[in-house]
Amino acid sequence: MVLLDALLTDWSRAQFALTAIYHWFFVPLTLGLSFIMAITETFYVKTGNEEWKKITKFWMTLFGINFAIGVATGIILEFEFGTNWSKYSWIVGDIFGAPLAIEGIFAFFLESTFVAVMFFGWEKMSKKFHLLSTWLVAFGSNLSAYWILVANAWMNNPVGTVFNPDTARNEMVSFAEVAFSPFAINKFLHTISSGYVISALFVLGVSSWYLLKNRHIILAKKSIIVASIFGLISTFFIILTGDGSAYQVAQKQPMKFAVMEGLYEGKKGADLVVFGILNPSKTINDTSDAFIGKIAIPKFMSLLAYRDANAFVPGIKDILYGNDKYGIEPAENKVERGKTSLSALKMYKEAKKMGDTLTAQSALEDFKKNYPDFGYAHFTSVEQLVPNIPLVFYSFHIMVGLGFLFLVIFVLALWYSLKDKLSDKKWLLRIAVLSIPLGYIASQLGWVVAEVGRQPWAIQDVLHVFKATSHLSVGNVQTTFFLLLVLLTVLFIAEIRILINQIKKGPKEL
Amino acid sequence: MFESMELSTLQQYWWVIISILGAALVFLLFVQGGQTLIFQLTKTEEERNLVVNALGRKWELTFTTLVTFGGAFFASFPLFYATSFGGAYWVWIIILIGFVLQAVSYEFRSKIGNIFGKKTYEWFLFVNGFLATVLLGAAVSTFFTGSAFSIDEFNLPKWDMPTHGLEAALNIQNLSLGLALFFLTRMTASMFFINTVKDENILIRSQKQVFWNGLIFLFFFLLFLVLLFTSKGYAIDSNGTVYMENYKYLNNLLEMPLVLILFLVGVILVLWAWYRSFSKGIARAFWCSGVGVFLVVLSLFFIAGFNNTSFYPSYTSLQSSLTIYNASSSHFTLTVMSYVSLFVPVVILYIALAWKTLSKAKISQEELNNNSHVY
Repeated sequence: MVLLDALLTDWSRAQFALTAIYHWFFVPLTLGLSFIMAITETFYVKTGNEEWKKITKFWMTLFGINFAIGVATGIILEFEFGTNWSKYSWIVGDIFGAPLAIEGIFAFFLESTFVAVMFFGWEKMSKKFHLLSTWLVAFGSNLSAYWILVANAWMNNPVGTVFNPDTARNEMVSFAEVAFSPFAINKFLHTISSGYVISALFVLGVSSWYLLKNRHIILAKKSIIVASIFGLISTFFIILTGDGSAYQVAQKQPMKFAVMEGLYEGKKGADLVVFGILNPSKTINDTSDAFIGKIAIPKFMSLLAYRDANAFVPGIKDILYGNDKYGIEPAENKVERGKTSLSALKMYKEAKKMGDTLTAQSALEDFKKNYPDFGYAHFTSVEQLVPNIPLVFYSFHIMVGLGFLFLVIFVLALWYSLKDKLSDKKWLLRIAVLSIPLGYIASQLGWVVAEVGRQPWAIQDVLHVFKATSHLSVGNVQTTFFLLLVLLTVLFIAEIRILINQIKKGPKEL
Repeated sequence: MFESMELSTLQQYWWVIISILGAALVFLLFVQGGQTLIFQLTKTEEERNLVVNALGRKWELTFTTLVTFGGAFFASFPLFYATSFGGAYWVWIIILIGFVLQAVSYEFRSKIGNIFGKKTYEWFLFVNGFLATVLLGAAVSTFFTGSAFSIDEFNLPKWDMPTHGLEAALNIQNLSLGLALFFLTRMTASMFFINTVKDENILIRSQKQVFWNGLIFLFFFLLFLVLLFTSKGYAIDSNGTVYMENYKYLNNLLEMPLVLILFLVGVILVLWAWYRSFSKGIARAFWCSGVGVFLVVLSLFFIAGFNNTSFYPSYTSLQSSLTIYNASSSHFTLTVMSYVSLFVPVVILYIALAWKTLSKAKISQEELNNNSHVY
């Protein structure tokens, strides 16, 4: 049964990851390109220069292709919470459903209504009203990102909720805590700015290709200026919010933080590994070095995690086996209390059914006392609390490294553009073209850190991922996994081909 | 304002909101109905472009309404979301795949490099149109005929049939509502073309389609109603115990006079729109039928959820049946969401304004040639 549970969970996770990864190939471009279009259209309305209109319409065409498939993958994700994670949907639906519904009512309608106005309204309304529609599309798509990221942040940092033993679910007690938690705000800002960077790299890359081919020079040069300024600001922002995110993770998800940094043994004044190769034969309990080789900045990890260069950062072992000196309790205790609270809940339910109020009352008290560790009830060993270390560590470090590379690219592109020498710098133009996929890779890796790093929890410290799936046979989920894999891959290939063809075709002459 | 309301009042309020979204969704499924008419209504490439582009300017509205309908159900009645989506797995997965195909088809259809060519994407649209209407119709019918699930002591649902929802398609009542919805949306789509497209041939063919699809719709809808009103229904007593009651749904209709009026007015409006449309090709018949469809579906949702009725009954475990009282979110969440619902009229207002602005003139070949964004 346990094996079957594990298999079902793995396939359910694989299916969700598949749809989420495909979804995230399209959404970031929508988030940023919508603003870039709105900016270029603002120039058009301000200056009356038809060239800006041509530029806007060109990026709008690419936006449209991308938007459609983003919508297509998004609908599966929303309903997958029900189809594949139905226990999750009940246990936390009282909190999780609200942001999803708000996303629909506030953001999706705004986005979809004004997308139609933006595409088909050029000749049917004033320039200013059309411009407003384009800005509303940008605003709507970013607003929808806000609500879904509030939901995701809550999975990592479940605030504003209590468990109701009668309904056997978590219920919301503070909407403000859920919707405006610092964790959620940081996650939102960090994620959308990664979308902006992807979009800026995309516009920069496509325009650089035009310069290399000596085509659409005016469009390319103007777009590069907009993209590199937009990209530069976004990269500064991504570094700032990345720091904020890491700080939040260190406070709320210390295990995730330790794994991101490959930190097995906790340290005071811990070094930050900038570049490192993990020792592949290292296990949690041996004393061998975690790294084959590394370059590190002294004390920087403590500074990042606790804003104090001498602070103690707990490692994987401290979290699992405890550390008396720093007041960290062994996870075993939490598992014990989790099991106690689960049996108390069962006893409470049983006694209530039998009308035995006295037993029910004492069981309830027992349950409440041990409730904070309720989620730990289903672990059979504490080592199960550790996510995949190499995957999270490398994903995190490659993402950060790429982020700094993008900063350099935007600075150079802007510098040479302002001096009007970019066309001569073929090497930089080639790097810009090659950077388009790098933006996507960095952003996808960010999601790997966030989602794999949270394992084995569906909701941090509250719900084990095993306990969140639907009651389905593994065969059903395997079938839909492969069905979706084929469908989404085929559509993805079609999308890329259409995009490349549109780029080759270039803008329509007005 | 909402925080002082009783939990049961909020639950009823949210059933009204869900019913409104459901009714709006069924009306907007005219886009899906239209997608099943692409080949029948057109003979030339130009005509096909007109029909596809007319629908293509509205598809996102239907799509968004479906997504919001799902989200609102999740937020207000999470036990339904968990039970139905996780249980009737295959029905929902097939519906979703249809919508995935739809979402890319308009945008990809006429673009160079789309791999499959125009015709394939047109078939994708047909597939979505057929599956979405028949399966959503059948799924709504299970609100009355029941499903095969049970709920354990921790409120965790389990489906009792290995076919995971596909078994619903074998029930004549479910099937008749599915087919009724299929032909209804083909009828309202034909009215939409009369209302929106400027082309003599399409106008004449649409009028014909209104007649035939309307007639077949009436047959299946009457069959569904006869089965519904003569069947036993899932009632709840004052202790929350579920039991079978003879003529439950007919009783609901008669015991809630306002719902009866909504239902009758809706039926009359649909019939009137049908007659005016096929006989005279009146453009506004589309809106008249829209209001009619909205009212009929609204009243069906009310019959399913109100008057001490289980809105999502289980025929394998009667006491596991879901009611608006045992499947809802907490008082706090319903209160928060009720404040959110106050923004719905604003959303409807800007949708209406955008629709009006974009529909100042009918879509014609000439307009398509001049537009920079063509599907």
